[in-house]
Amino acid sequence: MTTPAIFHKLYIFYRDGFKSMTIGKTLWIIVLVKLFIMFFVLKIFFFPNFLKSNFKDDESRSNHVGQELIDKAL
Amino acid sequence: MELLDATLVNWSRAQFAMTAMYHWLFVPLTLGLGVIMSIMETLYVRTGDEAWKKATKFWMTLFGVNFAIGVATGIILEFEFGTNWSNYSWFVGDIFGAPLAIEGIMAFFMEATFISIMFFGWNKVGKKFHLASTWLTVTGATLSALWILVANAWMQYPAGMTFNPDTVRNEMTDFWSILLSPVAINKFFHTVLSGWVMGALFVVGVSSWFLLKKRETDFALKSILVGAIFGLASSLLIAYTGDGSAYQVTQKQPMKLAAMEGLYEGKTGAGLVAIGILNPSKESFNDTVNPYLFKIEIPKMLSMLGYRDAEAYVPGIRNIIEGGYETKNGTALSFEEKQARGKAAVQALADYKKAVSAKDSIAATLYKSKLDENYAHFGYGYLDKPEDLIPNVPMVFYSFHIMVMLGMYFIGLFAIVLFFTFRKRIQNAAWLLLICLLSIPLGYIAGELGWVVAEVGRQPWAIQDILPVQAAISNISSDSVKITFFLFLVLFSGLLLAEVRIMIRQIKKGPENH
Repeated sequence: MTTPAIFHKLYIFYRDGFKSMTIGKTLWIIVLVKLFIMFFVLKIFFFPNFLKSNFKDDESRSNHVGQELIDKAL
Repeated sequence: MELLDATLVNWSRAQFAMTAMYHWLFVPLTLGLGVIMSIMETLYVRTGDEAWKKATKFWMTLFGVNFAIGVATGIILEFEFGTNWSNYSWFVGDIFGAPLAIEGIMAFFMEATFISIMFFGWNKVGKKFHLASTWLTVTGATLSALWILVANAWMQYPAGMTFNPDTVRNEMTDFWSILLSPVAINKFFHTVLSGWVMGALFVVGVSSWFLLKKRETDFALKSILVGAIFGLASSLLIAYTGDGSAYQVTQKQPMKLAAMEGLYEGKTGAGLVAIGILNPSKESFNDTVNPYLFKIEIPKMLSMLGYRDAEAYVPGIRNIIEGGYETKNGTALSFEEKQARGKAAVQALADYKKAVSAKDSIAATLYKSKLDENYAHFGYGYLDKPEDLIPNVPMVFYSFHIMVMLGMYFIGLFAIVLFFTFRKRIQNAAWLLLICLLSIPLGYIAGELGWVVAEVGRQPWAIQDILPVQAAISNISSDSVKITFFLFLVLFSGLLLAEVRIMIRQIKKGPENH
């Protein structure tokens, strides 16, 4: 089987699969809404990576964490 | 400042606990139901009996509902690591990152590839290929769990790493000792088996509902047979792995074991509390108040479980704090001795940093050596008083005992269900069918309580002995954590509600419509 034929078969496989879904459509909507909320709302607006957004390179990040660990104990 | 820190730590912990507990409502059913539907499809392929195919498709639909709604809920935990627990994330980056990366690349893609064949491939691919896809989907889900549990086990028993003071990171030196640590192996099997028990309870409970409604009798009886055999085997195995977990906890986290048993005073030939009520008047580890209002013990069993020796000495909370008892590694250190070593380790890190800045290599080597010497107790440098070392004893004690009692109950339930099934009397035993139906939530409760024991029991540690939660936390506002706590509460409650509604609707449709 040639490569384009394999891709065509895969396309048909998934197309028919999605078309024949019943409960699956509701689930896909839930999954997509959930992923949108998680990655485009929560992650961006509420969960920035603290070290990446406040420090420009690994050296400054390690200095910050090192200082935090020292200051919190001594 | 201390109060602010406490608020931030408590809200961050509450948020992490809530996210993890919601996530764990979805995972166990995926693991357990996945294996059961795979067994049913195997029976279909081997016998050609269409009834097994019908049963497989029914349970597969419910698996799909649970999988779809639960998928990626664990990613929020990774968001929280980066935002709320950035000191921790940096400190452990390489070690924690590797298992999680493997999980993402290998296991998740395995699941994602084969799950589509599993759902779309009926009548389009060969029976055996479809069966292989079903098993590989479940294997992928289980391997996902493996890598997450390996990462968690490392936090309970850090091994296979060395601390680099230049990067302030623990760096992996031995991948295999992390993957194959006895804590990781026990945790993996114990946790996955809890999912299998959950799946079995779900299948038996839902099938019982059909029998109570006098619907789909053949399908329900077939499902109960597979579910109960699988459930009995899993619940017996989980008792075995629970024994292994208790042994590991005794060796690696004695304070957790003492909290699990409410044991304040150590003893030789210690008994295991079978049933007990803690005394709320017990306020301090070194007061003379009896920690129990009531207890029934199994003589010498705790020593047996913890040391494989009925006469072994099991230290209590007071002994662990005061030290001085003999262990296989020598005399146990007191809290004050460990605290002094922890402070010395942190001071050595500070001095090392200064020496490196001053380009004084001789001093740097000296401080690095001092840091290495005391690093095993690094985290004790952050603790102020002995009480900081004690987890919430009532929460750990009751969680542990209720979990164990539920485990025993599941063994009995599956055994009775099998007895009635083989005697062909189960469809007439309405009382038993009702008990099976009502037992579904108990599987969730047991699983959640297991995590409470594992995680609350190891407080104050984010990483056992090396990093307590107050040092692991980011320097952020507690208000933002409170806001996201409630956002997650709403999001996850919505997902859970959606899951329950869709599940009930699908179950009511019955297997004929799948």
